[in-house]
Amino acid sequence: MAGRAYIAGAFEHPGRHLPDVSPAQLHAEVALGALADAGLTLADVDGFLSTPDAPGFGVITMADYLGLDRLTYTDTTETGGSSYITHVGHAAMAIEAGLCSVALVTMAGKVSSGVPVPSGYPDAPELSFEIPFGASLVAEHALAARRHMYEFGTTSAQLAEIKVAASTHAQHNPNAVLRKVVTVEQVLDSPLIADPLHKLDCCINTDGGGALVVVSEGVARSLDRHCVAIRGHATAIKASFDGRIDLTYTAAAQSGRRAYDMAGIGPADIDYVGLYDSFTITVLEQIEDLGFCEKGKGGLFVESGALRSPDGQLPTNSDGGGLCNNHPAARGGMPKLVEAVRQLRGEATPEVQVRDCRTALVNGIGGSIGTRMGSATVILSREAV
Amino acid sequence: MTEERGLPAPAPAVSPHSAAFWEASAQQRFLVGHCPGCDQWFWPPNRTFCPRCGEAASLREASGRGTIYSHTTVRVSGSIAIGGGPYNYKDALPFVLAYVELAEGPTVMTNIVGADADVVAVGLPVRVEFSRTGGPEDPALPRFRLV
Repeated sequence: MAGRAYIAGAFEHPGRHLPDVSPAQLHAEVALGALADAGLTLADVDGFLSTPDAPGFGVITMADYLGLDRLTYTDTTETGGSSYITHVGHAAMAIEAGLCSVALVTMAGKVSSGVPVPSGYPDAPELSFEIPFGASLVAEHALAARRHMYEFGTTSAQLAEIKVAASTHAQHNPNAVLRKVVTVEQVLDSPLIADPLHKLDCCINTDGGGALVVVSEGVARSLDRHCVAIRGHATAIKASFDGRIDLTYTAAAQSGRRAYDMAGIGPADIDYVGLYDSFTITVLEQIEDLGFCEKGKGGLFVESGALRSPDGQLPTNSDGGGLCNNHPAARGGMPKLVEAVRQLRGEATPEVQVRDCRTALVNGIGGSIGTRMGSATVILSREAV
Repeated sequence: MTEERGLPAPAPAVSPHSAAFWEASAQQRFLVGHCPGCDQWFWPPNRTFCPRCGEAASLREASGRGTIYSHTTVRVSGSIAIGGGPYNYKDALPFVLAYVELAEGPTVMTNIVGADADVVAVGLPVRVEFSRTGGPEDPALPRFRLV
């Protein structure tokens, strides 16, 4: 065993509209950015993780393009936007098993890449029982929001506060797409897309990407850069399985619990949270599922201003998240990880930097909370190597 | 058999494992997966095995009755669906997408037809009806109407 794994490098592409940059070049730019952040080079990389939507033959094409000729570990796990959070856990496992010592995780894509359609999706056995009825991601999330409202009395104004908090953070992020602070009233006055979800309950879609470098304890010690410890990680899949739907919770209920167990800590120990924010309801359900408040009380919790960074009870998505900052290729997991690393290093934008930020949790949801989804949780801490 | 005005009825892709369901739908018979071993119903009816115990399963005619579990009125189209779609719903806006919890237990994604969006509510009883996707021999989509 090679000991604990650390995140040594993190990079978020500053671009949001990149018509002249190819997806392969985007992967290269984020890879070089994260390696430079860590003080490493392409020649140091012996592990490579990305999703099958990477250009060409995925990691095979990209390993060729990037000149990664020393790879001893690769991983192409695909769980939608949560994939990169899963990759951090898999990189940690590979490092702890001694299979590699410098693992590069890249994510890049364009709006035009559209929603991730895993290969084989046209053969999905459920397709004919959903799509002919006009199912879509926003409509499915609206079904979850409606049921949450029915069971717990959650209101549209409470969901709107999630967007308001994101916009309050995004005003301080020069790269954010939407930097204007919005009010609850403005969210409620924005057009209904699929009720109860309004336009401003929905994430943006952008070009861009990001990358991380996960390293062994030995490599971390050799670097002149603050490395962030990976303390817990877990994944889960939730679906109806046999037709029994419960739209009031997500797979984060399972992945979160197991990640806490691995880290040996609980929700009260978390100083900062990165949560997948495809829609406001996605955030609300994850907050409950991850134990930050009782199930059904998420509306009251967010209404209190809890998500506001740095002073709220649970500073969340301090970069503005997918609701305001960026959402490259409809895969939002990577920017959540990068901002969590910034927070733990004390390098977030000063206006949103959480004081004494020791422990962060990042959770991603891939797929649809209205049908079937993957969830990935990672718990990170700033402790020195 | 109802022809719901405005709602498209795109033909489903029929696999060998869901063919029995779609053949019955043409005759307005609503079949749901059923495991004789567990005596439990499952949805969608696209499996020849029970997703609980793995035993061979079959399709059984269900009551066609249920209640609305959740619903949304889709007002803007062009929103992306995993796997494609939302077909030609652009001219059918607004329309109601819903989950109906069948009397037999499983929850079915469907449309609520024949009712104004503002009267559709969680918990209301509904009954199945079928929308033709082509001729009388072709698959028909199970949609639900307030009872």
